[in-house]
Formats: sequence, C-alpha cells, structure tokens
Amino acid sequence: MLIRKPDDIPSSEITDERTYFNRRKFIAAAGGLGLAAAAGVLVPKFLDGATDSRQEGGASDPKDKLTPYKDITTYNNFYEFGTSKTDPSENSKNFRTRPWSVAVEGLVKKPAVYQIEDILKLNTLQTHVYRMRCVEAWSMVIPWLGFPLRDLINRVEPLPSAKYVEFTTLYDPKQMPGQRRPVLDWPYTEGLRMDEAMHPLTLLTVGLYGKMLPNQDGAPVRVVVPWKYGFKSGKSIVKIRFTETQPATAWNKAAPQEYGFYSNVNPHVDHPRWSQAKERRIGEFRRRPTLMFNGYGDQVAQLYAGMDLRKNY
Amino acid sequence: MSQGVGNGVSGVGARNVGQRRDGEGARGAEVGTAEALTARRRARPRSPLSHPLARPLIFAVCLIPFALLAWNAYHDNLGANPIEALEIHTGVWTLRFLVITLSITPARKLLGWNGLARYRRMLGLFTFFYACVHLSMYIGVDMFFNVHDILHDIVKHPYITVGMASFLMLLPLAVTSTAGWVKRLGGRRWVALHRLIYLIAVGGTLHYMWAVKKDIRDPLIYASIFAALLGYRLWITSGRTVRATIGMFAERASPPRTSHAPPP
Repeated sequence: MLIRKPDDIPSSEITDERTYFNRRKFIAAAGGLGLAAAAGVLVPKFLDGATDSRQEGGASDPKDKLTPYKDITTYNNFYEFGTSKTDPSENSKNFRTRPWSVAVEGLVKKPAVYQIEDILKLNTLQTHVYRMRCVEAWSMVIPWLGFPLRDLINRVEPLPSAKYVEFTTLYDPKQMPGQRRPVLDWPYTEGLRMDEAMHPLTLLTVGLYGKMLPNQDGAPVRVVVPWKYGFKSGKSIVKIRFTETQPATAWNKAAPQEYGFYSNVNPHVDHPRWSQAKERRIGEFRRRPTLMFNGYGDQVAQLYAGMDLRKNY
Repeated sequence: MSQGVGNGVSGVGARNVGQRRDGEGARGAEVGTAEALTARRRARPRSPLSHPLARPLIFAVCLIPFALLAWNAYHDNLGANPIEALEIHTGVWTLRFLVITLSITPARKLLGWNGLARYRRMLGLFTFFYACVHLSMYIGVDMFFNVHDILHDIVKHPYITVGMASFLMLLPLAVTSTAGWVKRLGGRRWVALHRLIYLIAVGGTLHYMWAVKKDIRDPLIYASIFAALLGYRLWITSGRTVRATIGMFAERASPPRTSHAPPP
C-alpha cells in the first residue's frame, strides 16, 4: 500500500488531532492547512490498501482552522437521529453501515447497484478541506475524505435528458428513531442540478479527518456541496436517481418559503426568520461575515449566471 | 433578612392584590394591614412554607440553574456552540420561571397551598432575572454589542421583535413589584398592569416557536401550559361573571315578578 506523505509536514503533527479536543488549545493550535495535510496522511484503516490517500488543498483558506473532530461529531443536524444537536451522536451508535448499497438509477445508460466497498474503491480518496455553512448561521471547517461525485456519475453515463440528480437517505425507523415522528417527509431527499452535481467541488464523501465517516455525520456515504447550506448535502445515501424534472427536496417540502431548491449560501438573502449575513464559526467567539457561495464564488458563480438568486433562493 | 422584607409590609401588598384579583378579598376594600395578616397567619397551623428558612432556601434553589450554566460555561461543558447553548438555556429557564410564577395562584386555589402566595413576587422577579441574563447573552455575547446588527434583527426578524417586546413589557412589572408601587398605583390599576404577564407569556412562547427551525414540540409544550394557566383564570373569571350575571338577572327579574302578578 502506497501512502504518499506531503514533504513539508512532519509526521509528529499528525498526532496533534488530540489537542483539538480541547477548545482552548485549539485556538492556539497550528494553522488549518497544515493540519489538513496531516489529516490527509492518516491511514484510512477501512481502505484495505487499495488506494492512495493524499491531500488536496485548493478549497481552503489559511484563515480557516479545522474544526475539532469532537465538535464535528457532537454537534450535528441529522434529524433521522433526532432534532437536537447532540441526538445524532447519541442515537446513531448502533447504526449499521454494512452491508450497504447505493442504487444508481433513472435516466442513465448503465444503472447499477454499488456496494459500499465498490464505492470506496471507485477512485482515489482525498482529503478536501471545505467550509460547511449551516442554514442556522453557524459554520465549520471540515477535512472531508472522498472524491468528486462526477467520477461516479460518469461511470453510469447519464442520458442527455437527465437534468437533475436526486439523493435519497436511508429510511429505517427502527435504526433511525427520528423517523418515527413526521418532522420531515421521510425519507429525506435532496437534489442538485446536473451541472452542480458534476462540479468538481461536489464530493461523494466517505470519511473525515482521514477516518471512516462517523455515523452521525452521514455514514457510510454522503454528498458534500460546500457552496450550499449544509442540508443540501444528503447523508447516509441509498439511492441516486437521475431525473428530467426538478426533484422534490425535504426541507423545501417542509417550508417552501424558507428553504429553496438552490439554497446557495447567500449573505444577501436572509432566511425569513433570521439573518444570513453573518455566521458563528464553531470554536470562535465573534460572528464572522458570511461569504457569497460560502467563499466558493470563483469556482461556482458561473453556474448561476443570469439567475435571480433572490427568487431562486 | 429577606424573610423580614418578604413577610412584612411588601408581602402584604402583593398577597392582598392577588386575592383581590381573584375576587377573594373584600371587594373594593383597602389593602389589609400587616397586623391583620400576621394575626390570620398565627391562627393557622404552620406550614413548611412559612418556616423562616423557606425563603432563603427557595431563593437559593432558583439560582441553581444560573449557577449550573455559569459552571458549565466556565468549564467549557456546553458543547460545540456554547453561546447558542447559553441563549437557549437562559431563554427556556425564563419560560420555566414564568410557568412557575403563573402556577402559584392555581396551586393555591386547587391545592390549598396558600403559603405559596408570598413567593409569587420573588418568582416573578426570578423570571425577570433569567430574562435579563438571556437578553444580555444575546446583546453582549452573541451580537457583541453590535448596535446595527441588533437593530436590524429587531426590525427584520419577528422572533427578535416579539422577544424584545416581551422583555420591555416585563420591565414595568419588575419595577412596580414593590409594595410602594402597589400603593402608588392603587390595587386595581396595579392588577390591570400586571395582567401584561399573559401577553408576555404569549410573546415569549412565540419568540421560542419562531426561533426553532422545525421541531416545535418544546415550544408547543409551553404554549399548552400557558394556555391551561390562562384558561383556568378565564374559567374562574367567566364563572364569576356568569354568577354575577345570574345575580343581576335575579335582582332585576324578581321585582317585576312580585309587582306584575299573573292575571287571575
């Protein structure tokens, strides 16, 4: 198994993740990029030696320090396991992620059912450090482990008529106690326009901090779309379906005037009930300004050229 | 110390006003004197609620949530988003103290725990205390005194508007909670002013409900408790109104019956 180490990061930094468990030490800890690189060389133990793991810097900013692993795994919105932030970590302990399969279907030439093991081997897993902005005006910086979703999409060869992609989360009220109450219209579905799904920033994600995805963060496989509010990134996905018409999405169905299909991070368009102009980065004291497209405007703004983003919120 | 103050003159004012609002006290009569009250209390068997240590004990218990929050904040035990946690917890404790305060009168009437009455004002002031902590968390910690952002929030976001309005309504209630203010306003006007508490309960619950993203189970629990507490009072009042109407009707109806006897 070949694990390439970035030259500039001493291996001693890898163990520093421990220090992140303490908020006070976290403030003083080393810069985010350094750690991102360190996280990239942690050996993902579940890979069976099939892949090369290295870090991919592009999307992060030196001002973005990685959010501690403990915060990423104890402060979650994953209503399938309960609506409080601590419910998912408490209620997902016995969640079974093996066996797991993902059905890829709809308007594609080669529909297929992928076992999770196949997905893990589909492409080189890399660490992508992304900002994650929740619609509730808090944010994190997370070193995801995964590969661009388009690598999977290209394999199934979508038909020209495929305009949208729909992601469906597992429905299993026995394992997911939050689904026993009709808080949302289960199963949770999310969707992207085809060009959004094909964008290189859009990830199919299987891990974070170089480790297997914790259950509360959407194990075993989820989507990550960093320029949209967090709820657009479906978790624990069992179905990916290609459609001609815009798929119905869970939060849009629940409150259409509050959550649009696009839900791009946009400081100029407030949520009807609260401001989106600023956000609290987890671990920081003062709110910081929210960036258009969560700071990924250079890469994604052209997707929405000519669109009224106030209307298409 | 607090025992003396609470059970003395100021306690009398609050107690008698409460009674008058509930229609128990002498209607229209002046507030009872401290001596009369003490005499009445002596005549009754002592309850634990009148123990000299009861007031400081209840006072201390009311501070426990605050102390726990302060402790957990200091020791970084409030999770990944401690500021949000402080805002939520202080807000919820404000509503809880409002529930407790509004439960005093029904508890007295339904359970006969009359000794509770003397703690109603203190509990009301604790509601105000937790509201103050809640508001200062928002202004001083969350928004970090950013006047522009706070004003924008108040104007643009209904849950902040309603929350702020509810707090402003609490202010006159806290200020006029002393016996001096009861005298200055006169019992009837004091009672009328303090009816604002029901509006505050509605406002506080709305504030909570609109702040929650989707799962409004907890806000609904508070909404139903407040509805029950308000409903109880409406029921009592309407019962009295019905009785009064019947009485009026009887008074009016009876003279004609005597004067206009049915024709033979």
